[in-house]
Amino acid sequence: MFRLTHDAIDHANLLEMARSPHCGAVVLFLGTVRDLTGQQVTVFLEYEAYAPMAEKKLAEIEAETRRRWSVGEIAIAHRLGRLEVGEVSVAVAVSCPHRAEAFEACRYVIDTLKELVPIWKKENAPDGTGEWVHQSAKPGAT
Amino acid sequence: MNFTVKLFAAMRDLSGSDTAEVELPDGATVGDLRREIAKQFPLARTLLLRSTIAVNHDSAENDRPLQSTDEVAVIPPVSGG
Repeated sequence: MFRLTHDAIDHANLLEMARSPHCGAVVLFLGTVRDLTGQQVTVFLEYEAYAPMAEKKLAEIEAETRRRWSVGEIAIAHRLGRLEVGEVSVAVAVSCPHRAEAFEACRYVIDTLKELVPIWKKENAPDGTGEWVHQSAKPGAT
Repeated sequence: MNFTVKLFAAMRDLSGSDTAEVELPDGATVGDLRREIAKQFPLARTLLLRSTIAVNHDSAENDRPLQSTDEVAVIPPVSGG
């Protein structure tokens, strides 16, 4: 299950959706809006997506994750639009029979999402200027 | 062939529009489309070099021939998550 949404992400609900009677482990990753990147203060972020391609890439990531690990459920949500500091921008919940593969699978989903899925963020500074973030994506780098 | 190419993020800001109208001869490739976009939007050239071109929601190499029905988009380096 994956969802692009302009509304606040209900991560407790997402976590419940990932639970499965066949799984002994559920891992939830939340990405939240950080106030500082290096020396640069962020007041708010804006996210946009190329929605049909993002949904296709997320489906491919889910399929590849299921191929590599014995996953029960996967639930992914990514927020779009304006987000304030501290808000949840992305949530990934993965269940597996055992915890080691649940951690690995969840990490693979978020790292691959950040590398492949056409979503962009704009960091908006206190002086009113904003900048799209376009550094080359490296899994786990940001 | 006429394409309405989708533009996102800084690519849209630099070109001043969320789409680019591109006319190409039959048999044209993704590389030809890149050159045409670079010609239309000189300010976006550097970012275009770091961007991929998506055809029907998948990244495409420069030698891929285009069909008039293809959905085409410029994908700058992504920053979701």
